[in-house]
Parts: sequence; structure tokens; C-alpha cells
Amino acid sequence: MRSFLTMLGIIIGVAAVIILVSVVNGYMSTMIESFTSMGVDRINVSVNNMSSRSLDPDDMYEFFDENYELFENMTPSVNVSMPLKNGNDTMSSTSIGGYSEDYIDIVDYDIAYGRSISYADCEAERSVAVLGYYTALELFDNASDAVGQKIKIGNNAFNVIGVIERQDEDELEEGGTDDFVWLPYSAAAKMNFSRNISSYIITVRDTDDSDECTDAIESFLFDIFKSDDYYTVVANSSLLDEMNEQIGMLSMMLGGIAGISLLVAGVGVMNIMLVSVTERTKEIGIRKALGAKKGVIMQQFVIEAAVTSSIGGVLGIIVGALGTSAVGTAIGINAVPTMGAVAVSFSVSVGIGLLFGYMPASRAALLNPIDALRTD
Amino acid sequence: MSIFSKKTDTELTEAESERTEAAEKGRSNVMDDGYDDDGVAPGEPLIELIDIHKIYVMGGEEVRANDGITLTINKGEFVAIVGKSGSGKSTLMNIIGALDVPTYGEYILAGEDTSEMTDDELSEIRNRRIGFIFQQYNLLMKLNLLENVELPLLYKGYGKREREEKAMEALRRVGLEDKWRNTPHQLSGGQQQRVSIARALCAKPSIILADEPTGALDSKTSRDVLGLITELNKEGNTIVMITHDPSIAMYSKRVVEIMDGKIIFDGDVNAYADHRKLQNGN
Repeated sequence: MRSFLTMLGIIIGVAAVIILVSVVNGYMSTMIESFTSMGVDRINVSVNNMSSRSLDPDDMYEFFDENYELFENMTPSVNVSMPLKNGNDTMSSTSIGGYSEDYIDIVDYDIAYGRSISYADCEAERSVAVLGYYTALELFDNASDAVGQKIKIGNNAFNVIGVIERQDEDELEEGGTDDFVWLPYSAAAKMNFSRNISSYIITVRDTDDSDECTDAIESFLFDIFKSDDYYTVVANSSLLDEMNEQIGMLSMMLGGIAGISLLVAGVGVMNIMLVSVTERTKEIGIRKALGAKKGVIMQQFVIEAAVTSSIGGVLGIIVGALGTSAVGTAIGINAVPTMGAVAVSFSVSVGIGLLFGYMPASRAALLNPIDALRTD
Repeated sequence: MSIFSKKTDTELTEAESERTEAAEKGRSNVMDDGYDDDGVAPGEPLIELIDIHKIYVMGGEEVRANDGITLTINKGEFVAIVGKSGSGKSTLMNIIGALDVPTYGEYILAGEDTSEMTDDELSEIRNRRIGFIFQQYNLLMKLNLLENVELPLLYKGYGKREREEKAMEALRRVGLEDKWRNTPHQLSGGQQQRVSIARALCAKPSIILADEPTGALDSKTSRDVLGLITELNKEGNTIVMITHDPSIAMYSKRVVEIMDGKIIFDGDVNAYADHRKLQNGN
């Protein structure tokens, strides 16, 4: 019973630490993964106020070409607020945007049918469109039939030149990942009242250069606007840095909580070991009377403590691993017990078990056998 | 020590090395038949207590539990140490049992002076020389009978098979070999005391030291246990029995009576009976 309680303390301590650390780790890696898929190499540029001075796409392209060693791709980004018509209905959730020929590389999609937007389409302001898989299905029943057909956005007709491969394997839904229309940015801009283009997406060749790239873009824009109130430049990688920082803090907090739960388990083990030795003073007296030396008594107690705490530790790891996958499944993340958590929690709790098996035992072994025999 | 003597083997005289060899041989013989190698022949002094004093300080006052006890017990004797509670007989028993050391005085057990021994040395002496029979049996309740009886052999460093053989033999001697799997609380008091006798026997000690062996038993069981102890003495074992009950002391051959830490009577059991009659008569 006593050794079961000792084990229980260790099992709870070890399992709690493993579950806690592993689940939060799993959660963090899920977050980072989803963030990375958004593109950490992107820098978003947006101009807030176009009234005083304007930013011409040609200037932007000139700047982009000058810094070709830093930048990989660039596209203007134009939002189209006019609705996409489907017969008499409108598809209001479909996102419609104007982009350059680089956009397909930036988002890293593949074409399923036809072709994507070309440089020539943008230059000539052609009325062509590339559809998302869901959009193509909704409009034409069969995605492969879409190429060559016409669609209407507001009152403007566009020729469908291509369909993008299905992105979301799980579901196709209105407003989802596969519900979009891409137009050449020049054609999209023409539909808005002001033909100004206020947003750009630029990707960097190396995310380590993100800061340098951001600085270059900012100084270029400052030269045009003479004030940094008119534009914002945000590198996704800097958001990632921020997130990493927060995750770091979370990890520290977590470590603290895990430490406290280990400590509580340790105090429990300590207590049981102390009581155990006190209770067994008579046994120690008998063994000493029969000829056991101090070392032998010590050995017996330390081995008992070691066996109890190791069994507890191993059971704790098993419970922790099962608990981790159970919690992971429950909250829908991929949580795997981390080696670090397993190693630290096991060694700390077994260490405590050993230490607090050793300390009272060493005191007990020193007892005078007649005093030890007299206790009941 | 043995390594040291081997190193200097070449420097030893022939006589000396012969003696060493003989001692080693004698020792291995002892290991073979399991008898303790105390080297004391029957009738020669085994226990020599010389002017033993044990002084406790309690509440600032000196209590002389043993106040100059000198006593010799020879191999093969059956001695009862009698005294009322508080007479100092338990203190004497602790010293004879090497559970305690005297404040001053000398205790020589089979030729070895125990007065200055360390805790571990005393453990070893107890293990080799003394078999204890306690009033409260002092068996380990979690272990079965065989494991209980084995303990002295375990601390003596015997292997598992040898331990089990010898422990089983001792259990057979006290008539409990078929119960070896049981734990002590499945037994009656008399049976438990027989287990503790088996435990005291199995390592073949020089002395069997019985502290109120019948104190917790009814009179019939007491007679059985005392009969067993008497038998052990007839087989050549040296018995020292501590008791407060003069009628129990009658089972022994020699009685030593203690009062206020001093020996007030030491003699043959018949002389003790006369001494008692005389006292009661007055």
C-alpha cells in the first residue's frame, strides 16, 4: 500500500509533466505550421493614402528589378468588390483579386486546366480570369469545362483561361480556399473608380534577409511619400518572430507549472518515504540485532526506493504517453510526448524518490539496535 | 588483512605460516559444517564480564544500571539471569548480546574484547556469536517463516541454496517445516516463539540468548518452549536466559541473581532453590 502510494505520486508527477509539455508543444507546432503555410517569405506593402502622391506599378516594378538579388516575386494586389454572377444569382463569398503572373508562384498553387495569368495579360489589360476549383465547379458543373467559357463580374465579361488545382482535400465550400477568381491586376484596377494600386505582395529569396528587404522597401516608399504615415510594410517573418517570442514565454510558464507539479509529487514521495522508515524502525532494529550492518540496511532501503520510484516512473511515462495522445485527439492537434519532458520528469521524480529513500534510511541505519527494538 | 598477510608471506617464519594455514583450514572446516569457530572448548570460558558498569543519566541523575558486574560463563552452560524489573538484568542482557557496550569494564566474548567495538563490528559479532530469542519474538511480519529464519544466514553471506537448506533444517528442528510458507501472524504465540528459536539456532551461534522467552506465553506452551531450550543445551549449546520469574530459572543449571545492578547470588540451581527457601522462610 505504502509503495503503491509512493508510485502513485511519481506516476501523477511524471504523467502530468509529460502531458502538459507535450500537448502545449503539439499545439505550438500546429500553430507554427499553419502560420508557415501562409508564407513566411512574404512582405505585404500597403499604401493608405493615394491622394497626395501616387505609387505607380511601373515605379514599383523598377524598384523590384533593382533589388532582384533580394526579392524573388512581386505582385500588385487589387481587391475587386463587384460581385461574380452565376446566371441570375451572385456568388458573394467568392474572393476576386487582381494579380500579376508571379502570384501563382507566391501562393505556390498548380494549374489544373488551361493556363495562369501571363505578363502579356497584365500589360494588355486583357479580360481573362483564372478560377478556383470550387468556383469553376459551381459555375460550370465540371471544372474541366470552364476553360474557354465566359464569366461576368459586375457588368464586365471575362474569358476563363485556367482552373487552379483543388487545394483543400477535405472540403469544398463557399468562401473556402478553393473559391476565388484571379484577374490580371491591370484589368482589375480598371474596374475600380480610381485606377490606383495600393497593395503589393513581395517575396524575399531568403527569410534571413527579411529585415533588410523591409528597410529597402520602406526607404523607397519614404522617398516617394516623404512621410511614413502613408504606407505600411509588414514582413510575415517578423510576425513569426513575435509568435516565437510568445511561444517562448508560454514554454517558460509551462516549465514553471510542470516544475510545481513535479515538486508536489516529490513532496508526496518524500513524506511517504519518511513515514515508511519511521514505521519500520522496529524492523531495522531486528535486522541489526541479527547482524545486519549499516551498509546492508541502507542498501535495502535505497534499493526499495529505487525500485518503487522506477516502476512509478515507467508507469508515469506510459500514462503520460496515453494521456498525451488522448488529449491531443480531444482538442484536435497532433501531440507527441517529447523526449525532453520524458527524460526530465523521469529523472527528477526517480531522483527525489532515491534521495528521500536514502536520507531517512541513513538516519535509521545509525539507530542503536536496542532503541530501534524498543519502538513499536 | 588477509591481503596484507599474503603480501608479507615470504617474511613469515615457517611456523607462523603453518599456523596461518591451519587457521584458514580450520575456518573452512567451520564453513563446511556450519559451526561457529569460536575456538572455545566445552567447559572453557566463553563469556567473561569484568567489572561491568553501565551508567545512564536520566533527568540529571545518574542511574547505575550495572554496577560492577564480574561474571564468567563457560561453554555448554545453561545460565539463568534472574532479577526483578529495574534490577539491571535487561542492561546486562544487552551487553552480553552485544547490543550495547558498557560505560566501563571489559566484556570478552570468545576471546574478543567487545567494549571498544564499532557499530558494524558489533553487528558482525552478534551475527557470528549470538542467537537471540526475544520475549516478543521479533519476527518480520511481511516475510514467511523460511525467510525469517534465513536472515542471520543472509547477513553471514551464505548463498541462497545453503541458506534455505539450513533454515529448513532449523524449522524441522522446531517442528514447523511444513508451515514454512506461512507468515508469522498465521501462527500461535508458541509457534512464533519456536520460529524465533529456529532463527537463533540456524547460524549455529556460540550462545543462545533468551530474553524472557516465555513472557508472552501460557504455562503449557511455556513448558514446551523451555523443554526445547533445555534440549538445545543438552546438545551442547550455551544458553543464557534472562527472566524475572524464579520458577522459570529452575529449568537452568546455574542461576545468577541481580539486584540494583549487582550480583547477589551466583550458584548451582539447587543451591538457588535452597537460597529461595531460606529467603521465603524469613
